[in-house]
Amino acid sequence: MNKNKIEELELLSTCVREHIITMSADGGCFIGASLSCADLIVYLYSEFLNVNPENLTDPERDYLFLSKGHDVPALYGTLAELGFIDKKRLQNHLSTGDSIYWHPNRNIPGIEFHSGSLGHLPSIAIGVALDCKMRNQTNRVVVIVGDGEMNEGTFWEALLVANAYKLDNLIILVDRNHFQANIRTEDLIPLESLEKKFEAFNCNVNRINGHDFEEIDEAFKGQKTIAGKVNVIVADTIRGKGLPSIEARADRWFCNFTREETEALLGELHGEVKANLESETLIVR
Amino acid sequence: MNYEETLTELAKKDERIVVMTAENRALIRNMPAILGQRFIDTGITEQTMIGAAAGLALRGRIPVVHALASFLTMRAFEFIRTDVGIAHLPVKLCGYIPGFLSDANGPTHQAIEDISILRGIPGMEVYAPADENDLVAMLPTIINSPNPAYIRINHKKSDYKHEQYIPGKTEVISTGDDITLLTYGLLFENSLKAKAILEEQGYSVGLVNLRSLKPIDEELIINIANETDLIITIEDHFLTGGLYSILAEIFLKNQISCPVFPMALRERWFKPALLNQVLAFEEFTPEKIAEHAEREFESILVL
Repeated sequence: MNKNKIEELELLSTCVREHIITMSADGGCFIGASLSCADLIVYLYSEFLNVNPENLTDPERDYLFLSKGHDVPALYGTLAELGFIDKKRLQNHLSTGDSIYWHPNRNIPGIEFHSGSLGHLPSIAIGVALDCKMRNQTNRVVVIVGDGEMNEGTFWEALLVANAYKLDNLIILVDRNHFQANIRTEDLIPLESLEKKFEAFNCNVNRINGHDFEEIDEAFKGQKTIAGKVNVIVADTIRGKGLPSIEARADRWFCNFTREETEALLGELHGEVKANLESETLIVR
Repeated sequence: MNYEETLTELAKKDERIVVMTAENRALIRNMPAILGQRFIDTGITEQTMIGAAAGLALRGRIPVVHALASFLTMRAFEFIRTDVGIAHLPVKLCGYIPGFLSDANGPTHQAIEDISILRGIPGMEVYAPADENDLVAMLPTIINSPNPAYIRINHKKSDYKHEQYIPGKTEVISTGDDITLLTYGLLFENSLKAKAILEEQGYSVGLVNLRSLKPIDEELIINIANETDLIITIEDHFLTGGLYSILAEIFLKNQISCPVFPMALRERWFKPALLNQVLAFEEFTPEKIAEHAEREFESILVL
């Protein structure tokens, strides 16, 4: 991946992060998880997935399923930047006048399926991947899961089934931001070693830095697929990435900031001083 | 044709149909060889099966999924509600051995709240055929409907010749001024025999095989409430949320009433045993149904 391309992706990621920050006021959003997967989503839509505003009903398009769901501002921000939806719609976040709320809504162009209940979309992706295979189509099906989400038994159940049906057209992308809702994963329900777990489930596993576009590109385009093996990419990320004042802080999961605070955070994103945040985290879980 | 033959014929004619199971192959043993890739067994994973069915439906398929009714409707309930229900996908949920058909398996296997919870999902259709002939008569309509559906699979053999199925309509066996028996599923057989006993005793007896609990034939139920002295609801389901509750909802909505005696399971699971012994123990034999109906009818007359 050349330097110009990386700069282009970084610029796009910054725009998406601006949208996420803006959506964290007036009712708020799950800002930390959105920021951790922003680079991954920007990369997938810009460089990897065969999906665009014109082919959304094409059965041969690639699919992206956002299983953890609460990180949807990153996806909405990307879809807005790439012309799937009008950017103005992001201002309608949480309004009954539109249909953009805290979790993905499949009425929004580009959203393949709704989520919000954890551990569901790996199985939805299995159904889609099975059908692509039945029709001898070469679409790829990517499902983004959160690491906390992997507490759910249905995630592992789906992995067994995906392996049984040798779904090598399926890519499970783990946004490994090291946090559950309120606490570090390793302090509550330890997940490591993730590579060993996925290898034990017979997957083709790769682990990367989820904020390094070269590594992401290498994993998606460079990694050899192995016939019959489900692909897993564990992307180590930082919750709240891009905003030092909330990065990797357990208490900055769901935030409802004031407009003054989001203005300060936009400045922080662009290298200005750390924002002084006084709004408390809303306890949802 | 039996259930498997009927479903096989439908699947042969319609490439959209995929047959799935969470390793419950009792009624579909011959289908893997015939359907090939369109037969998908996900193993003992009711939740993943429902999610995958929703994914297949997104791609234009009509998944006909099989599992034991209690695990299908309760273990996977949130997947049904969230993935099939919210997206309103045409997934057909086939619950095996619902109600008393779970025989001696015990309360883990007793799906006797299935109708209650499934009918609460917006857009979900709920069917309860009287026997395998009835199931076969209803199956093409159920599968061709664009809506999600739950079917209380009833594979009991019967010689009864059912009428053609009209979507959302009941099968009215008879109308009666004195007593009308409203039932669905396997209790149809004993209700039919109970009707004969009551008629021998001189009562004018109606009998309805409901077939579809959602949509429900509301007009027919209003007519019956207006024209018969006593309704007996007969169901292998908890009293809460099933046919008795459906009647209560219809009566309240239409501001009508009628004496109703419910035969159902009240706040408890049933005694596990072989089916005929269950029916006797729980008082769902033809004689007991007739006895309850006669007693209730005579008590109304006293009033």
